Amino acid sequence: MRNVWKEFDKITALQDVNLEVTHGKITTLLGPSGSGKTTLLRILAGLDSPTRGTVFYEKNQIDTNEQNFLRQKATLVFQKSVFFDTTVYNNIAYGLKLKEKFSKEEIGNKISEALALVRLEGFEKRRAKKLSGGEQQRVSLARALVLDRELLLLDEPTVNLDPKNVSILEEAIQRVNREKKTTIVLATHNMFQAENISHNVAVIVEGTVKHVGIKEKIFGTPNEHLASFSRLENVFSGTSTISKDGTSTLQVGNNFEIQCSFCQPGKITVHVRPEDILVSAKPLESSARNVFKGTITGIIDAGTIVRLTVDAGKKFSVQITKKSLKEMNLNVGSEIYLTFKASSVRLI
Amino acid sequence: MTDSLIEGVIKAFQLIFSLDPEVYRVAGLSLYVSALAVFMAAIWSIPIAATLGLKNFRGRKIIRGTFNAFIGFPTVVLGLVLFLIFARNGPLGLFGLMFTPLMISIGQSILITPIIVSFITSAIESIDTDLRDLAKTLGSNEFEATIAILREASGGIILAVLAAFNRAFAELGVAMMVGGNIYNKTRVLTTAIALQTNRGDISQSIALGIILVSIVYILNITINYLRRR
Repeated sequence: MRNVWKEFDKITALQDVNLEVTHGKITTLLGPSGSGKTTLLRILAGLDSPTRGTVFYEKNQIDTNEQNFLRQKATLVFQKSVFFDTTVYNNIAYGLKLKEKFSKEEIGNKISEALALVRLEGFEKRRAKKLSGGEQQRVSLARALVLDRELLLLDEPTVNLDPKNVSILEEAIQRVNREKKTTIVLATHNMFQAENISHNVAVIVEGTVKHVGIKEKIFGTPNEHLASFSRLENVFSGTSTISKDGTSTLQVGNNFEIQCSFCQPGKITVHVRPEDILVSAKPLESSARNVFKGTITGIIDAGTIVRLTVDAGKKFSVQITKKSLKEMNLNVGSEIYLTFKASSVRLI
Repeated sequence: MTDSLIEGVIKAFQLIFSLDPEVYRVAGLSLYVSALAVFMAAIWSIPIAATLGLKNFRGRKIIRGTFNAFIGFPTVVLGLVLFLIFARNGPLGLFGLMFTPLMISIGQSILITPIIVSFITSAIESIDTDLRDLAKTLGSNEFEATIAILREASGGIILAVLAAFNRAFAELGVAMMVGGNIYNKTRVLTTAIALQTNRGDISQSIALGIILVSIVYILNITINYLRRR
């Protein structure tokens, strides 16, 4: 797309966006909420037209009245699942019944194939609106996949889902790209997702594409836009010194030291994923080089997984299962030990 | 009074089960006239409702409000207005429709248009607005997307049609004013009941009343049952 602008009444959602999506690759639109990712996807999907600027599909310029053409090439999976109030089967079959003439048997086969890809075998007769959030999002993906479009657009497909659903979705997305060479554009605010599954990354902030390129280039050079929006937890900045063995020790103030496995001196920022931190009642004897004693300051219930905020001199955010919380009899004020490996400390 | 009531009920069942031709003719005409009215009203009401429910334009709220307000329009007044328009010396008198079953259907279809429009508009408005985008991104054009939304609102549409039929079937004013309650021609259940009661033939009235209520009741139960499946 070239010089694309999109304005709603008084809001400018996209400002002069230039973006090229490479055929057969996974491109992520990486940016915070409200940065214009959804608007961009809706234009690519032929659901909205730009206020100014031009969209091309291969060599075809897409005018406002030719969005039907674009909609035959691309399909969008919405961030919030939308369903016809009927069975999973009917939901997935809808697009198939519209245009090409498939026999009932072909439709049935395609649907079970698509459901298998998102690991929902046998869900045909279930009522779509009665499924769990993760299952709904997987059905939404299956419904898009079954159409076999050249361009698959995904708007935050894994946001607010538990890790199991996230990995099933990510796996299906990558598999489709690998096996069918489907071009995929995926919007996310999750840096790790972008890093994990995409080939190319476009960083989008306040309606403008700030950086675009292959992911190694984007993530290889730390930049403020990435750090500013990623809702990272356990972020620590400080001065790093190299130890004899080639690892680093990061001083983050108040005599708080974090051992890191990389070799990077100077002023740096690191973070540790909450799921990489072990929680224990007593100090653990292990190879992990970071052990801190702390007090639980908050417990946030997020379903089967519980998030704890812990004051260990520095504020940490960790997650454990609800079962562990009960078994360890943890409460606000409980003293616990946090343990994580030096290799879990990631440089931003 | 109690005697005549009991007598009336007994006679009513006799009439119903003896397959009295007069009773069945009147009931049949009632069904036919009101079904035709619903059919005609649906032809123009569904597109109007679809426009009101799906499109945003200036004056939409006013139009929607007007339809809402006319739901309870007095049937006799509508009958009077139609009488003045379609009477032999009225502006549309040349069609000679006055005192025909078709005239009753036309009157009833106008009467129930606000019900169908309002109910269906509400049903469409309650559908997730993202559904249109969903249909489109799965390959629908504008028209197909509209059909998808209407299908999603089908429960509300059936309810609207049912309510409209109930209103048409049970109303008296229009049928009386523009139908004229002519024996063997435009006499329907409601006008027949009114007439027999005036004549003092209470049992006949009760019989027709039971038939009227039974038809409404059975129809509603059947459709609700089908809808739930």
